[in-house]
Amino acid sequence: MQSRLMPYLLVLPSLLFLTALFFVPLLQTIALAFHGGGDWTLSNFTRMADDLNFGDAVVNTFSVVLVVVPLQLAIALGMAMMLRHVERGRDIVLWIWSIPLGISDLAAGLLWLAILNDHGYLNSLLFRLGLIAGPQSYLTYETPTALFVAIVVAETWRATAIVLVILVAGVQLLPREYGEAADVFGATSWQRFTRITLPLLRPSIQTALILRTVLAFEMFALVLSLGGRNFPVLVSEAYQWQYVSQDSGVAATYAIVVMLVSLAATLVYLRVLRTPREQML
Amino acid sequence: MTRLKFARRSLLLGTAGLLASAGAARAQGGATGNTVFLSSQMNVLQEAQAVREVVLKNYQGKVEYVVEEPAPFAVHVAAEAKSGQHTASLLGALHGEFPPLQAMEALAPLDDLAAKLADRGIPAPLMKLGQLGTGHQMYIPWAQATYFMAANKKALPFLPTGATLDTLTYDQLLQWATNVHDKTGNRMLGFPAGPKGLMHRFFEGFLPPAYTGGVVTTFRSPAAEAAWATFAEIWKHVNPNSTNYNFMEEPLQSGDVWIAFDHVVRLLPALRQKPDDYVTFAAPSGPKGHAYMPVLVGLAIPKGAPDPQGAAAVVEYLTRPEVQILLARAVGFFPVVKAELPVDLDPGLKLAVSAIAATQNARDALPSLLPIGLGAKTGEFDKVFMDTFQLVVLRGQKPREVLDRQAENLKRIFAETGAPCWVPDPPSAGACQVQ
Repeated sequence: MQSRLMPYLLVLPSLLFLTALFFVPLLQTIALAFHGGGDWTLSNFTRMADDLNFGDAVVNTFSVVLVVVPLQLAIALGMAMMLRHVERGRDIVLWIWSIPLGISDLAAGLLWLAILNDHGYLNSLLFRLGLIAGPQSYLTYETPTALFVAIVVAETWRATAIVLVILVAGVQLLPREYGEAADVFGATSWQRFTRITLPLLRPSIQTALILRTVLAFEMFALVLSLGGRNFPVLVSEAYQWQYVSQDSGVAATYAIVVMLVSLAATLVYLRVLRTPREQML
Repeated sequence: MTRLKFARRSLLLGTAGLLASAGAARAQGGATGNTVFLSSQMNVLQEAQAVREVVLKNYQGKVEYVVEEPAPFAVHVAAEAKSGQHTASLLGALHGEFPPLQAMEALAPLDDLAAKLADRGIPAPLMKLGQLGTGHQMYIPWAQATYFMAANKKALPFLPTGATLDTLTYDQLLQWATNVHDKTGNRMLGFPAGPKGLMHRFFEGFLPPAYTGGVVTTFRSPAAEAAWATFAEIWKHVNPNSTNYNFMEEPLQSGDVWIAFDHVVRLLPALRQKPDDYVTFAAPSGPKGHAYMPVLVGLAIPKGAPDPQGAAAVVEYLTRPEVQILLARAVGFFPVVKAELPVDLDPGLKLAVSAIAATQNARDALPSLLPIGLGAKTGEFDKVFMDTFQLVVLRGQKPREVLDRQAENLKRIFAETGAPCWVPDPPSAGACQVQ
């Protein structure tokens, strides 16, 4: 009797915790989004869609995610592969690579702001090298491409490490036998990578992509510190509506959009990167 | 960090509120014969201490300075008026907090006191605000803050011929910024249009009213169209980093901007740092005058106050020029009276005081108040102006279409809140209407 109940008793606190601090606010947010003027309504959705920044926020968010996530996956894969061949000092290399993990996204944003603003390190360097005559602006509404690149670079710098750590864990679990067998049959390294390593890494890649994409859709502090008003994204708009315009309804609507987009991305990954049963290790 | 700051701030305010209510309770309990001075401003702990220990220190009578947040302040005063059990003899609050109290006839007219204080030189437009449209003096202006402009002296040689800082118009500002841009190759005019900047106040209290003489009623008038078109021209010579600027002291100090508009508190650090580098002056004027947004704190005596004589004596004391300067030094709220500045006043503060004086004493000064009666919709009201700015100035859309579209948002806000017009719009019977 006691042993049958024990597992449930043990998970109960975490269940209660999540219900209280996740599901209740979620329901409240949904209620907020569909409520207005004391009645159930879709007016918050029309106000969000009619707002001048909504289109920009959607386009900006998706462009950053679509550029950053594949880029990070490619870089992290490359780093994980290189790390396989590092014998001595492997831990130190991994440790240094994962430093950005420990930095909050606001701190990362401020750090890149210090590099990229008019009097930042980049301009000082270029000026000393004699490449520019005076301060160049990269982060204004007049330089949208530079601003976009800056955000992509900063976001890539900040969050590639999490993908890397997941992939490294996956790579360590790969059995050596497959690789050795491929060597015997004369496979090139590229063939080994594409035919053996990648398919076997699929579960890790799936986890990394889901995590990274969901977090990328929630990007906020870094974009806000670099782009401010010039680069609205979904979450920064939610923040603006909540704290500046003081309209919780529209802010909640944005929150729901972000949640739906993240859910959809997760479902796509779960389907597309499904691991066939026979391949499970 | 921002979130943390908010949390810390509300915690601080909460604590201050708690202390304040404790103070109020004490005032209620022990009838000590003190004049109770209840204020919704200068209510943060340090500010309240400064008012007690510095500003009120030399007052001859007994006065007890008690603070409360604006929301509980309103409830407290209304409750005292309804019950007829008064503890507070003197009220200190923002202009916008008095109309609801006046509407419930909680305030005593102060015409005699106003006559007695006539020699203090409080500008007539401010005194008129204190009448709350009743024809009687309902509060006496106490202190103020506002927005003005500061310029690095390096920009002065580029002033257009015939222009003086005191009489600068928006057209001359355009010419000035153009000159600087042409001669130096840089755009050296700056505005606080960043995410935490106060740019919306420029549109609610300065540029459009200077052209239209109104804020809400004239929102989509041809004159407003002209104002926005002028600003779109001016913006061509504005530092493009302006949409990232939150506090203009920073770009002024770094030299990225030579000419800047902002709230006094957000310019003051630069002025204090290098007072010799800057000049300060009122925001420019338009066809309808020098529109500006006063942040005005007033003193009122509630009807049925236990100690109206004591309250009047405190008002007399607080409007003395030397006490007004004491207040400016202690909490950064500036004199409303004509005050001879002491020679030892720190030069940065002096620059601020003189710009505020220039602003309010301009012959064609046109006060344009902070929004009144919008409650939770105040943020949306600000958004209407910032959206108009974004569409007309940053995205280059035609002012006419944008103003027509945004006017619908304004109408919705006023339909939902029923807020009547405020100065400089003419008084309205019901909700303020966009024409």
